[in-house]
Amino acid sequence: MTLSAKDKAAVKGFMAKMKSRSEEIGTETLSRMLVVYPQTKSYFAHWKDLSPGSGPVKEHGIIFINGVYEAAEKIDDLKNGLLTLSELHAFMLRVDPVNFKIFIHCMLVVLSMLFPEDFTPQVHLAVDKFLAQVALALSEKYR
Amino acid sequence: MVEWTDSERTIINGIFANLNYEDIGAKALCRCLIVYPWTLRYFGAFGNLYNAEAIIANPMIAAHGTKILHGLDRALKNMDDIKNTYTTLSELHSEKLRVDPDNFRLLADCLSIVIAAEMGYEFTPEMQAAWQKFLSVVVSALGRQYH
Repeated sequence: MTLSAKDKAAVKGFMAKMKSRSEEIGTETLSRMLVVYPQTKSYFAHWKDLSPGSGPVKEHGIIFINGVYEAAEKIDDLKNGLLTLSELHAFMLRVDPVNFKIFIHCMLVVLSMLFPEDFTPQVHLAVDKFLAQVALALSEKYR
Repeated sequence: MVEWTDSERTIINGIFANLNYEDIGAKALCRCLIVYPWTLRYFGAFGNLYNAEAIIANPMIAAHGTKILHGLDRALKNMDDIKNTYTTLSELHSEKLRVDPDNFRLLADCLSIVIAAEMGYEFTPEMQAAWQKFLSVVVSALGRQYH
């Protein structure tokens, strides 16, 4: 499921639209993930407030979204481009890769909510393929 | 047996009460066929499905999407025994239609995304949690008669 030129163009085009609402997307995706999939809270036990839209959730939401933008810039070689991030997730954070899929689903729901006209099935397909490749690249150093 | 809180029942009934079956059903099925193209394997007799535009314009797909969504009504009316409500439908999907049960999950995900587009911020995290719980119970029930 490699990204075609058309997929990459669709992703880049949609990312440009996302930039105007980055903080909203990040906060909403993370808030949602913690509520809909409570098991994900286990990675954030050190935060003082895990409720939707809280300080730590907002701050971290932005970190997540910036990671996605960084990946989009390295879309032509995700495996090598995201090596450092992969090492972080594999050796330090030790996030079970099943959670990448959970995060992706929450993000797709949020994108659909915030961009009902632009998040067409065709854009959804390209973004889903892209995020799946990002998850794969992030899993690279796990074992 | 699945336990439902009052809040969850209210949320789920609320979503169905405001649902435009023709619109949402069609959109959810189209999205599934476009985003997960391998699901097209079950629709060989549905005419022109050669590209996204054709899928979206296809009236048989739209009608089928509506039918599928109405299939969820049974679960809504029998929330305390969804498992047994879908015995016959599960057998149908397994023995006759031979649908890989993973497809139920794919369609459920697309349905959630289409409803999110429809409801915007009204689709709160709590609503998403209740809605997805409902769908996962249906998906599980539909997969029960596969042997």
